[in-house]
Amino acid sequence: MNSSIGNIRTIAKRELVGYFSSPVAFVFIVIFLLLAGFFTFMIAGFFERGEANLQPFFTWHPWLYLFLVPAVGMRLWSDERRLGTIELLLTMPVTAWQAIVGKFLAAWAVLALALVLTFPVVVTVNYLGHPDNGVILGGYIGSLLLAGSGLAISSMTSAITRNQVVSFILAVVISLFLILAGYPPVTNLLVQWASPWFVEGVAAFSVMTHFESIQKGVLDSRDVLYFLSVIVFGLFTTGVVVRAHRAG
Amino acid sequence: MIKVRNLKKNFGPKVAVNGVSFTVEKGEVLGFLGPNGAGKSTTMRMITGFIPPSGGDVSIGGFDIVEKPLEAKRLIGYLPENAPSYADMSVAGFLAFTAELRGLSGTDLRKAVDRAIEMCFLEPVRHQSIETLSKGYRHRTCFAQSIIHDPEVLILDEPTDGLDPNQKHEMRTLIRRMGEKKAIIFSTHILEEVDAACSRAIIIDRGVIVANGTPAELRQRSANAGAVVLRLASGASGTGVKAKLDQVSAVERSVVVSESPLTVRAFPRKNGRGPDFARALAEVALRERWPIEELHTEEGRLDEVFRTITVPDTDTKKEDAQ
Repeated sequence: MNSSIGNIRTIAKRELVGYFSSPVAFVFIVIFLLLAGFFTFMIAGFFERGEANLQPFFTWHPWLYLFLVPAVGMRLWSDERRLGTIELLLTMPVTAWQAIVGKFLAAWAVLALALVLTFPVVVTVNYLGHPDNGVILGGYIGSLLLAGSGLAISSMTSAITRNQVVSFILAVVISLFLILAGYPPVTNLLVQWASPWFVEGVAAFSVMTHFESIQKGVLDSRDVLYFLSVIVFGLFTTGVVVRAHRAG
Repeated sequence: MIKVRNLKKNFGPKVAVNGVSFTVEKGEVLGFLGPNGAGKSTTMRMITGFIPPSGGDVSIGGFDIVEKPLEAKRLIGYLPENAPSYADMSVAGFLAFTAELRGLSGTDLRKAVDRAIEMCFLEPVRHQSIETLSKGYRHRTCFAQSIIHDPEVLILDEPTDGLDPNQKHEMRTLIRRMGEKKAIIFSTHILEEVDAACSRAIIIDRGVIVANGTPAELRQRSANAGAVVLRLASGASGTGVKAKLDQVSAVERSVVVSESPLTVRAFPRKNGRGPDFARALAEVALRERWPIEELHTEEGRLDEVFRTITVPDTDTKKEDAQ
């Protein structure tokens, strides 16, 4: 067990070096911070609302992640296959799942770093008023889980193809489905011609439903479980796809 | 050390490897020859556990590559085709990464990296990023990775591909030297490398082993093996020499290879190969007072053997196909 954690750490470390020796991580972090700020202050009207909470900040995260997370995740496996390094990696004494988890954790750490760097918004809201910092923490946890599930899906799509563009588009489409299935304008539309239980059922698959409640500060184990199962599913499927490619 | 038994691989309806069996012991360097697309790389990928076989089994030091992949992989060093590496890392960083995955740490790791860098002459580019390196250096970096843990088994897929003649020579010397203590398989389509580095060679064609033996044994299968070549100074007549040679009872037939300088090749009768045949011809030459400049027995050439057994249109192949 020790050696598997060691292997995961070694692989994650290498990935992180890869992210920071190329512009990928920097571009992601800068764009994420710029867009998050723009949406929070310009579109959602953070100051005009006069409320001491970060709802206008978190509410945009699903849409930001929709494009930014696949951009980080698209190279996870497609690059390995394109460059042939997958052959090197998987003939080392490591299991495929150690490699999958290691690479996933590294990318997740980049996303987490971007989230951590949004701390000025927490400082601002605490300076201006008396927000419920528990709710804010819940929002951050929810956002991190949301990013993780998007990343697991990107990991899966990047294992499918050696072409990064295809991997990116597939991940965006799947993430978009997971967002829209529970997005109020869409569910309202569905209600008109589908039975409520069907709409409920579809919405239960959506990241939105679960993200909304975490964001409100309700850290329900079911919501956490939902995100964790999307992550596990994404990584498991990555393993299946990687294995299928090797079997030819 | 390496046991391969009845290994098979299908990609859909296409059969890439069809029943390959061989063993390699410590101290052996096995050359793996074959035309492009013969199944060399597929076989190596199955041996290293990168792709699962469709049938048959591979065992490395007693560990089955499918049943006990981690134990088996620990014993193997592998240089994949095209020598892939992480372009964004430095040479030393990349080697440290692979050493860590091989379970090395601390001073052992540093020593292993230093040793590999020294053996592969990578010192000048130690801290350089791999993407800035020339092809030869990249290739050696990936090779260094394969020997970082001093493995008992080395699998090298075209280790000299893309190297210049000096580097090729160094690589062969290195392989031969390491072959004294390890079990090595390397694939190539450069035949001279078999002589330079191998103790044994296998020729594979369309997924099947068509020849297996020492380089000398393989050369024996060449059409010219055992023939004696005579080169005479100017003045001698080609047809005259040929007529005289054809009269010798041990000669099956003779051919004038070139008129100037006059070169004649005489083929022995079946089972008539050997030093006696050369001596018989030398006696004829002395008796006839031919101005001999050279007389030697041909060992046969690997490229001829390679061509006759791997080109699909030869007679032997047709028989096989029917």
